[in-house]
Amino acid sequence: MSAQDLTRRAVLRAGAGAAAVAGSAGLLSGCALGDDEPETKSDKYEGTKSDKNPLGVKEDAPLEIVIFNGGFGEDYAKAHEAMYKETYPKAEIKHSAVVEINKTLQPRFVDGTPPDFINDSGAGQIPLGDLVAQNQLADLTPLLDAPSLDVPGKKVRDTLLPGAVASGTFGEGVYALNYAYSVYGIWYSRKLFADKGWAYPKTWDEHIALCKTIKAAGIAPWTYAGKHPRYFSWAVLSTAIKLGGNSVALAIDNLEPNAWTSDAMKTAADAWYQIVKDKYILEGTPGLDHKQSQAEWCKGKAAMIPNGSWLESEQKDVTPAGFNMSVAPTPSLGAGDKLPFEAIRGTAGEPFIVPAKAKNERGGLEYMRHMLSMKGAKDFTTKVSSLTIVAGSTDGVTLPPGLSSVADALKASGTNGFNWVYPVYYRKLERNLVDAACGDFFSGRTTPDEFLKACQKGADEIAADSSFKKYKRTA
Amino acid sequence: MKHGKWPLLATFLLPPLALYAYFVISPYAQTFVISTTDWHGLSRNYNVVGLDNFKRLWNDEHIWNALLHNLWLLLLLPVVTILLGLFLATMLNVGGRSGRITGVWGASVYKLIYFAPQMLSVAVIGVLWTEVYNPRSGLLNAGLRAIGLDGLAQIWLGDPDVALAAVIAVMVWSNVGFYVVLFGAAMQSVPKDIYEAAALDGASRFATMFKITVPLLWDTIQVAWVYLAIIAMDSFALVQIMTRGGPSFSTDVIGERVYDVSFGDSQFGYGSAIGVVMFFLTLTITIVALRLTRRERIELS
Repeated sequence: MSAQDLTRRAVLRAGAGAAAVAGSAGLLSGCALGDDEPETKSDKYEGTKSDKNPLGVKEDAPLEIVIFNGGFGEDYAKAHEAMYKETYPKAEIKHSAVVEINKTLQPRFVDGTPPDFINDSGAGQIPLGDLVAQNQLADLTPLLDAPSLDVPGKKVRDTLLPGAVASGTFGEGVYALNYAYSVYGIWYSRKLFADKGWAYPKTWDEHIALCKTIKAAGIAPWTYAGKHPRYFSWAVLSTAIKLGGNSVALAIDNLEPNAWTSDAMKTAADAWYQIVKDKYILEGTPGLDHKQSQAEWCKGKAAMIPNGSWLESEQKDVTPAGFNMSVAPTPSLGAGDKLPFEAIRGTAGEPFIVPAKAKNERGGLEYMRHMLSMKGAKDFTTKVSSLTIVAGSTDGVTLPPGLSSVADALKASGTNGFNWVYPVYYRKLERNLVDAACGDFFSGRTTPDEFLKACQKGADEIAADSSFKKYKRTA
Repeated sequence: MKHGKWPLLATFLLPPLALYAYFVISPYAQTFVISTTDWHGLSRNYNVVGLDNFKRLWNDEHIWNALLHNLWLLLLLPVVTILLGLFLATMLNVGGRSGRITGVWGASVYKLIYFAPQMLSVAVIGVLWTEVYNPRSGLLNAGLRAIGLDGLAQIWLGDPDVALAAVIAVMVWSNVGFYVVLFGAAMQSVPKDIYEAAALDGASRFATMFKITVPLLWDTIQVAWVYLAIIAMDSFALVQIMTRGGPSFSTDVIGERVYDVSFGDSQFGYGSAIGVVMFFLTLTITIVALRLTRRERIELS
């Protein structure tokens, strides 16, 4: 080809050819799907088991830890790592804290080279149900059956609060360690209530009467995370479960037909509709996100807010001095309630996982054993102001007002505590479908009937969708 | 020199082409492959399911809902942005009243102000406007109340009837500055005597705009149209930051569906199928827009 032929068009054509060739080569080498995985269990780090080393950790094996850098920060993990290092001085620990767990770790799961220990949390959480369905998580049973690090004579399993293991159980195995113990309830300022001479209502009639008084005082009785309206579904579900018992939650978790439109749910939704109808919700709330609504609450513009026990640490910077926040259970509907007023939703949250393909799987489990020691748990509670699933680990620790109210509420609730796990099984159902239905309901666009039907439609959608792995629970 | 040309071209063209192929074309091609699987994106296991994902997509009401919003964006965003851009560019370049063909007083300052949003990243724009739209402490409602228009105060992003319009308004706001500059540059290249002749003939400003400015700027407007159509089809980033498709899916767009299905539900196969559909839709719209707006080129000299 002579230089005269070398037109722009020819160059482009040649370039396109080269791109096509390079593209198909790239397709072969860098394909996300890849080949069937080569199962190489043998190259995992394994040491010899002993009394001091019940999980058989290889003492000098490196350990890689990835922490979600959110409300809890990363300092607590550094403290746990220091504990691990004390036991295994030869182990090298690689620590990283990221905000988007999914974006950081998804390629590594696909690649078969995940880190040894992950705090899978935050908005970029990898859905646990999916990880379990794809056999990507190590079973934590060996850890639970290992002896506790600093509670003599007890297995790790026996040092935990009730329900802690259940919340990480999927089918046959335990795949997630939900380390923080969260309580979900109604939050109010003790100072505000004391100043105005209000008492937290125990029954629904008292609650409505109080709403009237609060509104008359120029304060909105309620606000909620308007852009994440699922927060208010927690209050509705709690009310229904207290009325109808645990079977209400069980039916919803197991995606039973008409679980959302059960009588208990209907009565609860009707009751809550009162605060929508009578305009007991702070004006403009549907346009506020969780932080904005919590800020309005802290400013005293609204009296009550449905939320979880992470609220205190999330609001740390903007809570006025002496605000004295406190959690309480949802009011009882009446004498026919199956659970007492004190019953509150408590659940182990904040999942920590060890990937099944982690090279130092045993190290990951051993690290969890350090977290679950009395010392590790106390450290977590003081650093991030949240309870852990380790029983009795708050003894002798001075708690801030919100957290001590959580501990009290939990004690009062005793064995009547309840929980539901459908958001863990089917993230989409709560995050998208129930969320949208709650938004319509609490901003007054739909009736209780339409609200529950919309939730049920979402649940039916998931139940009929074979691309979601289904989980069942019995208690 | 004759023989030196090819090696030279190869040296400068092949490495970037190879990079482009590896990082842009190859992922695109893979999306097509992935869209025929049920890959969950968390392991290497997947089954080939053929066109099942596309069948499912056809019956997914959330997809149709999102598409409808993309359609609204496609209708409103280019029209409003281009009209506003043309108007502002006219004012800044040929809108002055001093007898000469020039911009309004202070035009250079206005240019700077209009262009400012271009310098912000989408993330900043999203967060900024989320606060402006805050129904209780936001600038917008406070401003409306300050001038006595209490009735116009809204819940904005919390109201399904208003949210989409509120998001579109932000998209126009963040894009219009670029087109003011683009159209302004094109207007600078229009000989001033054409405007002077029109002014001498007593043409109204309206007539000048549509009989002179628009035809002479047609090529530029066409480019603007295609760009804005692509932005309207995507519009993911702003929606993700401001509303995540809510309330009640009222601001959901196709891009948000791809993200939500892939990363939220770990269904990368299905998510890729939506992405593939989005690719073809955008391509079609671009081609159609280019065809429909094709006109005879007007020679300036």
